[in-house]
Amino acid sequence: MERHGLPDWALIAYLVSGVLFILALRGLSSPTSSRRGNRLGMAGMGIAVLTTLLTQAPIPPGHWWPRPTPDDLVTLAKIVGAIGLGAVVGLTIARRIQMTAMPQLVAAFHSLVGLAAVLVGIAAYLDPGAFGILDAPGVIDPLSRVELGLGVAIGAITFSGSVIAFAKLNGNMSGAPILLPARHVINLGTVAVILGLTAYFTQDQAPWVFVTITALSFLIGFLLIVPIGGADMPVVVSMLNSYSGWAAAAMGFTLHNTAMIITGALVGSSGAILSYIMCKAMNRSFVSVIAGGFGTENGGGAGPDQDGRGERIERPWKRGSAEDAAFLLSQAEQVIIIPGYGMAVAQAQHVLREMGDLLKAEGVRVKYAIHPVAGRMPGHMNVLLAEANVPYDEVFELEDIQGEFAQTDVAFIIGANDVVNPAAKTDKSSPIYGMPVFDVEKAKTVMFIKRSMSGVGYAGVDNEVFYMDQTMMLLADAKKMVEDIVKSLQH
Amino acid sequence: MDFIAILSIFVLACFVGYYVVWSVTPALHTPLMAVTNAISSVIVVGALIAGASSAGWSSWLGLAAIVLASINIFGGFAVTARMLAMFKRKDR
Repeated sequence: MERHGLPDWALIAYLVSGVLFILALRGLSSPTSSRRGNRLGMAGMGIAVLTTLLTQAPIPPGHWWPRPTPDDLVTLAKIVGAIGLGAVVGLTIARRIQMTAMPQLVAAFHSLVGLAAVLVGIAAYLDPGAFGILDAPGVIDPLSRVELGLGVAIGAITFSGSVIAFAKLNGNMSGAPILLPARHVINLGTVAVILGLTAYFTQDQAPWVFVTITALSFLIGFLLIVPIGGADMPVVVSMLNSYSGWAAAAMGFTLHNTAMIITGALVGSSGAILSYIMCKAMNRSFVSVIAGGFGTENGGGAGPDQDGRGERIERPWKRGSAEDAAFLLSQAEQVIIIPGYGMAVAQAQHVLREMGDLLKAEGVRVKYAIHPVAGRMPGHMNVLLAEANVPYDEVFELEDIQGEFAQTDVAFIIGANDVVNPAAKTDKSSPIYGMPVFDVEKAKTVMFIKRSMSGVGYAGVDNEVFYMDQTMMLLADAKKMVEDIVKSLQH
Repeated sequence: MDFIAILSIFVLACFVGYYVVWSVTPALHTPLMAVTNAISSVIVVGALIAGASSAGWSSWLGLAAIVLASINIFGGFAVTARMLAMFKRKDR
């Protein structure tokens, strides 16, 4: 048979596991089918693990019968122990993690996949016989060397890149981009060397080649993410998601394992598509995001003090109180709430839902509008609102609600800024020009919760919405302001 | 399986992935990332093979990879389940 000598049933089991993973993602097309999809994914993983244990590890073929050797049992015990340890840690994290911290968690999980891929790659290099990738005794099959080299390289990039993304998202490291001189030359050069060495690896399987590929890949992952600013993190997290998939796929090629290849392709495309969606929602090209530097003083447009128009401070704007806001909201027919990352930072989602409930009780139609790049990762706002028990059928995407602002009495902006900035539509010199934004200026009244008038959005640009006639600025901490509005509504 | 057979599966799976992921509702993009994260830990298959290797270093590396991948598998599926459980309709 083929060189791994796996029985046919095992090959079919891996295929089944791959299909279950496809169904797991398919389930996410709607919230109702998603929970079943997740269970199918777990089943797929269970099948893949059991199949591997039964056919390749820890008990070599023939040992089950008449019986495993004591050594086999020791190995099995170690493996079960390792899985158990991982399970305890994983489940504890999953139970304790705050929903606002989900982007960091996903970045951290990506780094684990990357590191696991590197470790597996090194193990395969050290003991190629166990992986069935030997051509002749001691000689690794040249094609497998390429797969191994690429697998370890992508895994290492995923690991170090995700560690940086985690540190930036978690606040261990400033979100500001760190720009090295000549970084593009350094990065492209490093990538070229990695690819060159991977090609050379087919000729010479010396340890130094393998070690250098691994080390340079760790380095490039770090160099790639360090110059990317906090505002672009949704793209980065999606991109690393994609990489973790390609790493799994490369290992799948090494092991000729269908489940790993299907999974790698699924995860790889998933991350790539999410990156594309994020870039499109910011009207940025993928290359410009990867090149980094967005959100800096020189790259992010004019800050409040350097505003070219110089009229920012003197322009009139109206301040409202919680009581004014509560009165207008309760009189409205339709209110659209636009949450942004600021809402998550202030942990205002629960009290916001309470406000929504009070308004609904007064006969107001309440809808939530979510921009694709709101939050720090794709879909982050939806999860936060769901956590606060906002029904998902009250939550709308940009294109589905855009037409409704003209029939809306109050557009209620909480913790968002750039996604409602009309400069994206009108000002060609603005760094956010071309980004799709909510047409809040069409609403009869705009309420804008903001901590103070001095701060600007992540892109560092002024917002015309502050100065419109129908705008009421609600200057306070988001949570405090909504709590006050709730109190007024209750009277 | 030869390389071409494997490559064919990979290319076709990329297309499947493309269409399946576009059908995911944007509201569930965060759970999508969490669950893809969990399933990409299928790399545990390689870790298990390494963990059972008779070569000392390989087996320790394999065991470490098993721990990492298991954190991801259990953590990833559990956190996805936790998120998905929160998505409810109006009438409930």
